[in-house]
Amino acid sequence: MNELGKIFVSFFKIGLFTFGGGYAMMPLFRQELIEKRKYISENELIDYYSIGQCTPGVIAVNVATFTGYKIKKVLGAAIATLAIVLPSLLIIMALAGLLNTLSDNQWVAHAFAGIRIGVIALILKEVVVLFKKAVETKFQLILFLLVLFLLFCIHLSAVSVVLLAACAGFFKRLKDK
Amino acid sequence: MVYGVLFWEFFKIGLFAIGGGMVTIPFLFDLTKKYDWFSAEELTNMIAVSQSTPGPVGVNMATYAGFQTAGIGGGIIATLGLVLPSVIIVIMVSKLLSHYKDNLWIKEIMSSIRPAVVALILLAGFELLKLSVHDLFSIIFAVAFFLLVYFLKKSPIFYIILSAVLGVLFKL
Repeated sequence: MNELGKIFVSFFKIGLFTFGGGYAMMPLFRQELIEKRKYISENELIDYYSIGQCTPGVIAVNVATFTGYKIKKVLGAAIATLAIVLPSLLIIMALAGLLNTLSDNQWVAHAFAGIRIGVIALILKEVVVLFKKAVETKFQLILFLLVLFLLFCIHLSAVSVVLLAACAGFFKRLKDK
Repeated sequence: MVYGVLFWEFFKIGLFAIGGGMVTIPFLFDLTKKYDWFSAEELTNMIAVSQSTPGPVGVNMATYAGFQTAGIGGGIIATLGLVLPSVIIVIMVSKLLSHYKDNLWIKEIMSSIRPAVVALILLAGFELLKLSVHDLFSIIFAVAFFLLVYFLKKSPIFYIILSAVLGVLFKL
């Protein structure tokens, strides 16, 4: 198999066998990309994650793009990205059709009522975990509270608060300099 | 032309959702208010399915939302729209990597965006809470489940399955 074929297989496998996304995918990335294929080093994986955290988009996809680019430039990046996304596309579209026809069933409705609460708990846990990482300084805490206020009381959109926070960071740096 | 609008909306999500798949949730909620593609309740189900099927959660949610809106073509278009901005940006960042990492301006801006992102996810959690929790029993259930998730470190799949089973048992 040529290099591009190997890239495709590696990332397809990662997309197929990981649940949860983000940090939950790190063990498989490590096993496949560092230990098996030796495409990247341990430090590179961590770098990709931290940059992926700060660049737009899904982190796992960012890691795939980074790694693909490192091995085979733009073509490698495209192949790796396509391969990590493909299992999701196939599985979700197969399941979605099925779930739509099942949604009138009462058991399914009860199960989803339970799942909705389960998902809320998972999201709130994510908030606690992320808060510890993202809010370390007084400035960041003020920003966090300010954004909360803007979201809950003035109903600003997600895009506008991200842009506002970016401006706040820009002006803080301007002032500190 | 629903494909065009779908592509543009998900392209914007892919461009502005900084911090990973969970961050796309508040943007998807904005879509439920702006279009009649899917309701907030349907979105909650999509999030649950996306967390319990393989692959990155953000990609799963985009595929599902796109599929719900416009069938198979919609699923593909939405996923493409979501992924495209990050592919372009990551390729550019890869080229600039060494300069980019030590730039203090970028660092300051990124560390200011992160708290905003956490607030966005918290808002998404509350929006879901308003929809799914309406009586004393569901409040108790939600609090108990949060404590379980927080202290017992199991995989999300475990909790999704457990919450489904409990939902059926207690006829939530």
